[in-house]
Amino acid sequence: MEVSTVVFYLVTVITVGSAAMVAFSRNIIYSAFSLLGTFMGMAGIYIFLGADFVAAVQVLIYVGGILVLILFAVMLTHRITDVEITNRSAGRIPALIIIAVFFALLVQTVRETPWVRVKEITYEPTTARIGDLFLENYLLPFELASLVLLAAMIGAVVLSRKEIKE
Amino acid sequence: MPGFSPNELTSYLTIGAVLFSLGLFTVLTRRNAISVLMGVELILNSANVNYVAFSHFGSGNLDGQLYAIFVIMLAAAEAAVGLAIVLAIFQIFHTIDVEAAETLKE
Repeated sequence: MEVSTVVFYLVTVITVGSAAMVAFSRNIIYSAFSLLGTFMGMAGIYIFLGADFVAAVQVLIYVGGILVLILFAVMLTHRITDVEITNRSAGRIPALIIIAVFFALLVQTVRETPWVRVKEITYEPTTARIGDLFLENYLLPFELASLVLLAAMIGAVVLSRKEIKE
Repeated sequence: MPGFSPNELTSYLTIGAVLFSLGLFTVLTRRNAISVLMGVELILNSANVNYVAFSHFGSGNLDGQLYAIFVIMLAAAEAAVGLAIVLAIFQIFHTIDVEAAETLKE
């Protein structure tokens, strides 16, 4: 077995195992920190898919931004002493049945569909071409994305500030 | 495991399916609003791995990767606004149990 295959298995186990921790852990702090493993594992999977820029963006935004936001929210909304009971869950059995059926359906589709496959799989740096595409074919979505981010920033500030009543 | 290797499209799609199922389970079972948001992040990640995998194996161009970057950007916006809403709910109801917020007012 090649080294890359072993690394791929390792990355997959880390990703899926951490995601399972997020889903099944009774402690929300454990759930939040398990997301770190999932996001880093996803970055590793992107590297296996030859997407170096997406992997870097994943680490920067998910691990550096979203995870820190989630941890802040956990710390701001919980008294640390009673985190055990704050991650309650309801209706586990029906949910398990639903996702089991859904997962079987998804895997069946993945196995049976004759996916189109390119002849030559290439591994080359993607950053320059992604930059070109952002300023050519995807210019309008790119500009709209900046507007969306501005709106989200203002919205988050307005929502989370404390209102001072006169 | 046969058919599960870094050179097969189906192995990445299977990882995406597993992550989606776990995220859906998290969203369905948690009553804590932050945990629900974590499940949403898992679902978005599973969509991303499918985008990048199809871009790598199926088309050979970078469109899938660009969509993945847009999804990551929207996930950041969603996390910021969602967590701000959670903090506002916490200030009003002093809990973030999603059932507490079903009255939509104090």
